[in-house]
Amino acid sequence: MSSLTSALPPAQGTGARIARWGLYLILLLFAAYYLLPLLLMITTSFKSPEEIRTGSLLSLPRDFSLDAWTYAWNRACIGADCRGMAPYFLNSLVIVGPAVVISTFFGALNGYALTKWRFRGANVVFGMILFGSFLPSQVILLPMAQTLGFLGLAGSAGGLILVHVVYGLAFTTLFFRNYYVSIPDDLVKAATIDGAGFFQIFTRIMLPLSLPILVVTIIWQFTQIWNDFLFGASFAAGGAQPVTVALNNLVNTTTGVKQYNVDMAAAMIAGLPTLVVYVLAGKYFIRGLTAGSVKG
Amino acid sequence: MTLQTPSYRPAAGEEAAPSSATPHKIGGLRALAQRHLSKLVVAPSFAAILLFVYGFIVWTVYISFTNSRMLPSYELVGADAFAKLWRIERWYVAIENLLIFGGLFIGISLIVGILLAVLLDQRIRGEGALRTIYLYPMALSFIVTGTAWKWILNPGIGIQQFVRDLGFPGFTFDWIVQQDTAVYTLVIAAVWQSSGFVMALFLAALRGVDQEIIKAAYLDGASLPRIYWGIVLPSIRPVFMSAFVILAHLAVKSYDLVVALTGGGPGYASDLPATFMYEMTFRRNQIAIGSASALMMLATVVAIIVPYLYSELKGGKRV
Repeated sequence: MSSLTSALPPAQGTGARIARWGLYLILLLFAAYYLLPLLLMITTSFKSPEEIRTGSLLSLPRDFSLDAWTYAWNRACIGADCRGMAPYFLNSLVIVGPAVVISTFFGALNGYALTKWRFRGANVVFGMILFGSFLPSQVILLPMAQTLGFLGLAGSAGGLILVHVVYGLAFTTLFFRNYYVSIPDDLVKAATIDGAGFFQIFTRIMLPLSLPILVVTIIWQFTQIWNDFLFGASFAAGGAQPVTVALNNLVNTTTGVKQYNVDMAAAMIAGLPTLVVYVLAGKYFIRGLTAGSVKG
Repeated sequence: MTLQTPSYRPAAGEEAAPSSATPHKIGGLRALAQRHLSKLVVAPSFAAILLFVYGFIVWTVYISFTNSRMLPSYELVGADAFAKLWRIERWYVAIENLLIFGGLFIGISLIVGILLAVLLDQRIRGEGALRTIYLYPMALSFIVTGTAWKWILNPGIGIQQFVRDLGFPGFTFDWIVQQDTAVYTLVIAAVWQSSGFVMALFLAALRGVDQEIIKAAYLDGASLPRIYWGIVLPSIRPVFMSAFVILAHLAVKSYDLVVALTGGGPGYASDLPATFMYEMTFRRNQIAIGSASALMMLATVVAIIVPYLYSELKGGKRV
C-alpha cells in the first residue's frame, strides 16, 4: 500500500526541506507522548524506592535493580494474600486459553455457515450476533452473576471462561464472516459437486485458507480477555481473580508505604503478555481493530 | 499489511452475490440436509446470544421495574427505580461527565487521529515504527497503563513536581485532585489510548483513495492542504461515521479508565454511568436503580449503533 502522495513529484527547495523537518518533529513529539507512560513504568520498575524519592520522574535508573519485579511477582500483598502476582497471572492464563480456543472455534464455524451456506434470515441472525459486540456489559452483569450462581460457577475460572466465550462470539463471528465472504463461492460449489459435505469443505478447504484471520482472531480474543477487568472484578472471587483485578487491588492498597517501583513492576507483569504479542504481531492486531469498522 | 490469501475486505456486495444460489442448484435431499446443517451449526451460538444478550436485557428490564435492593426481588412495583434514578444528584453528575468526557474524547481523538494519519501519509521514513508506537496503548489494559497515568497526574510526584523541580515553583497541574477538573484527566488518558486507533482507521482509508484524482488536482495547481481538505477527506466520509460510532460507544462504556485513574473521585466528581451502575448494584445494594442506569446506557448505545449497523449490513453486504 503506497502513500497517497506518492503520485506527486517530491517537493524541492529550502521551504520544502524545513516543512519536512517540521513534519518529522511533530511526528516524533507525538511518539514521545504515546511512549511516555510506558517508559515511565519501565524505568521506575527498575529503580529503588530511595531513587524514586530523590530522583527525577524521567531519569533512567542509576542502579539497575530487579528487586521490584521479583517482589511484585511472588511476594507483594494483594489483599491479605502475599503471594504476589504469580498466582493471578496463572489464573489469567487458565481463563484465556480455553476461552480463546472455544470462541474462535465457534466463530469460524458461524462465519463459514453464514457465508457459504446461507439460509433464510442469515443476515438477521448475523446482525443480532453482531450487536453483542457493542453491548454495554453493565446490562448483563446482574443476570450473569445470578446465572453463574445458579450454574454453580460463581467466582470460578469456569464461570469467567463461559462469560468470555459468550461475549467473544460476536467478534469472532464477525471476523470470520467478513473474511469468508471474500473467498470465492465457486470453491465451495466445485467441492459440493465433487461430493464433499459441509464439514469436509470446512476442514479441507476453508480452514487451510483461514490462517491470517485465525491469527487476527486469536490475537484479538487473547488481548481482549487478558485485558478484561469488569467481568473479572464482577464474577471472580478472591483466589480466582485474573491478573488485572489483582493489579488494581495491589495498586489501590492504601496500607503501608507506597512502593511505586513494585506497582510499576506489577503493572508491567500484567501488561507484558499483550504487549509482547502486539510487538510481535501488531499488524494482525490492527486488522482486528479495524475489521469491524471499515465498511465491507 | 499484505497477506497472500484473498483480499480481506471485499468491495461492495458484488463478490458475495452468487453464494446463496449455490446450494439450490445442486438440489435434492442431500443439499436440503446440508442447508439445515448450516442452521444447526449456527444454532448453539445463536441460542447463547439470545439467552445471554437478549434474554439478559429482558431480565435487567424486569429487575428495573421491581424494588430489588440487596438481592433481586421479582415483585413488580412499576417505574419507581427510574423515577428514583432521575432524582439522584450523583446520576446527573455521571451524565454531565459523560457529555463532557464523550464530547471532548470523540472530538480530540478524531482531530489527533486524522492529523497523524495525514502526516504519516507523507512518505515518512520509519512509518511502520511510528504506527506501532501510536497504537500500542490499544493493546494494553487501562488498568495497566492507568498505573503510570495516575502517577504522571499526581501533583505530588508527577508532572507538577517535575516542572517545579525544573525551577518553576509556581507551576500547578493538579486536575486529578480537583472536583471540577478530574473529568478532564479522563479525557487526556482516553485520547492517549484511542487516538492511535483513529489514526489507523483513517490511514487505511487514505491509502484506498484513488491516486489519479490527487494527481489531477495537483496538476491543476491545488496545494497539498487544499487537496486533503477539499478532496481526500470528503471522499472518505464513511470512515468519519465509523470512527464516530466506535468512539461514542467506547465513551459510554468507559469503565476501566475511571477505576484506574480517579476511582470516580474526588468524591464522585468524575463518575461516569458505568461506574455509577457498578456502585449502585454491587456496593450500595440498590439493584433496581443500578439496572435502570444500565438500561439508560444501553438505550444510548442502541441509539448510536443500530442505525449504523442497519446501514452497514443493508448497504455493504447484500444477502
